[in-house]
Amino acid sequence: MAIFKERQYLRVDVEKERDESLWMKCKSCDELVFKRRVRENNNICPNCGEYFFLTAAERIESLVDEGSFVDDAEPIAADDPLVFVDSRPYAERIEDAQQKTGLADAVVLGRATIGGAPIVIAAMDFRFVGGSMGSVVGEQICRGIEAAVEDERPFVLISSSGGARLQEGLFSLLQMAKTAAARQRLADAGIPFISVMTYPTTGGVQASIASLGDVIIAERGAMIGFAGRRVIENTIAQELPAHFQTDAFAFEHGLVDRVAKREDLRDELATLLGFFVEAA
Amino acid sequence: MSDERTLDLLEAKIAELRTLDEIDGMNLGGEIARLETRLEDLRRELYSNLSDWERVRIARHPKRPYALDYVDEILDGFYELHGDRIAGDDRALIAGLARLDGRRVVVLAQQKGRSTEENKERFFGMTRPQGYRKGLRAMAMAERFGFPLLTLIDTPGAYPGLESEELNIGGAIAESLLAMSRLRVPIVSVVIGEGGSGGALAIGVADRVLMLENAVYSVISPEGAAAILWKDKERTREAAAALQLTAAHLEELGLIDGVIPEPLGGAQKDFPRTAAALKDELVGHLDELAARPIDELVRGRYERYRNVGRYRPRTDSDE
Repeated sequence: MAIFKERQYLRVDVEKERDESLWMKCKSCDELVFKRRVRENNNICPNCGEYFFLTAAERIESLVDEGSFVDDAEPIAADDPLVFVDSRPYAERIEDAQQKTGLADAVVLGRATIGGAPIVIAAMDFRFVGGSMGSVVGEQICRGIEAAVEDERPFVLISSSGGARLQEGLFSLLQMAKTAAARQRLADAGIPFISVMTYPTTGGVQASIASLGDVIIAERGAMIGFAGRRVIENTIAQELPAHFQTDAFAFEHGLVDRVAKREDLRDELATLLGFFVEAA
Repeated sequence: MSDERTLDLLEAKIAELRTLDEIDGMNLGGEIARLETRLEDLRRELYSNLSDWERVRIARHPKRPYALDYVDEILDGFYELHGDRIAGDDRALIAGLARLDGRRVVVLAQQKGRSTEENKERFFGMTRPQGYRKGLRAMAMAERFGFPLLTLIDTPGAYPGLESEELNIGGAIAESLLAMSRLRVPIVSVVIGEGGSGGALAIGVADRVLMLENAVYSVISPEGAAAILWKDKERTREAAAALQLTAAHLEELGLIDGVIPEPLGGAQKDFPRTAAALKDELVGHLDELAARPIDELVRGRYERYRNVGRYRPRTDSDE
């Protein structure tokens, strides 16, 4: 992860990796696979093709031109406005997630180029409280949008989130309105907004900023939808098709423009950005 | 609230005595007054120190006035508009034209059903994509003709189901949030009962957000929070308290603009008084907003939502 070298906290991740075994078992095909090969292969199982989670850093690295990413976002952290305690205090959860991921919260934001086209990119990190959108994620997305307007660069958002950050109560719900409102700034300035939905893009994130892209691309294997399978089965006891809320389901019902394989996503974005940037 | 039954019995008793007093000319004034004092005492005892969970139960009370009750009481000449022009008409989110003391307004209101039959038709007040898209139509019309938008929020949440997902309910909510954030007419939203998550917020992006005293507004239901965060469905009381979902809490947190008082025990105890209080607030806010230049209003609304959230700079000690 050379592009992140200057950020101390991301090195922690690398150190941790070293401590773990060199092999991992693929949850899909049960095959023992060599970890480094998985990483070099975009976190796709070399045996069966199953996608593993990408961290926000890995995701950005997999998409942008090598060495082009600059994480110049002012770091901000959650403030626990409700002093929320469930089975454990929210403040503790945040601290743990920060320790575990080396991130301030569930989003990484910065400037980069893809296929030479300058962009502002924001990527969510599912490891951080399920990639949930609280005040910090909402604020960083808005700042990303404002940076894109300021620099006249397209805004690319990579979602990987279960929805709203429940522990921030109504503050987190209102991030949906906040990010949706900010999206208009891009439209007013004629700046394209590409939304990439990965596993998972659900709840309050799917029902706000992620669904408002000029172009929406689903990564193969994504889960896309508002209310999850369990909620529906518990609330109205309805039987759901096997492919419910998969990338194929989203495509079939017109929720997304295209579905792209992980290994094709960079080229897909480069082509699309090339169109917009040249036209601008 | 098992003690509510005692109150109901007492109320019925008083009504019965009144009838006897009037029809049969029996001299029961003293007895009636005594029982009324007792009733008031009981009410105060039962309702004056409500927990957050008890407020949730009042917000969901089957006798609580619903949106159409207020529409009938407060507005004149309500003319309902139907259909999203694509997939159908959602009966859980009603739209229409009406007058508020002579002022023309566009109304969006979430309506629960009273009977099983009506609830089947209204999906227990859970809005479907057809509803949000009808709402988008109504918003566009409000803007086209310069009518202020008034929304009444009362829903357990957006309707979860296969058809909802097929019709992209998340996308419909997102479009609604965006449309309201930039709509070039004044918007006043009132949570009159349950403000259930994204399904409520979808019609709640406004210049003024008000709540009735016993209404609740939350990112998730106490039941949902208990199941997900406590992994224990029984812990709804704790979840309700932790979420700070009452009108009083949300006003203190600076997330809403005003609380409309209700009679002890809830709006259903004195509906005309509650409706009158709501009407006064609506007239006041709408007149205040209408007097301001629309550019300033829309800019102010944008800033309001742009600035919502609590975070702090991340310092080195965090790492």
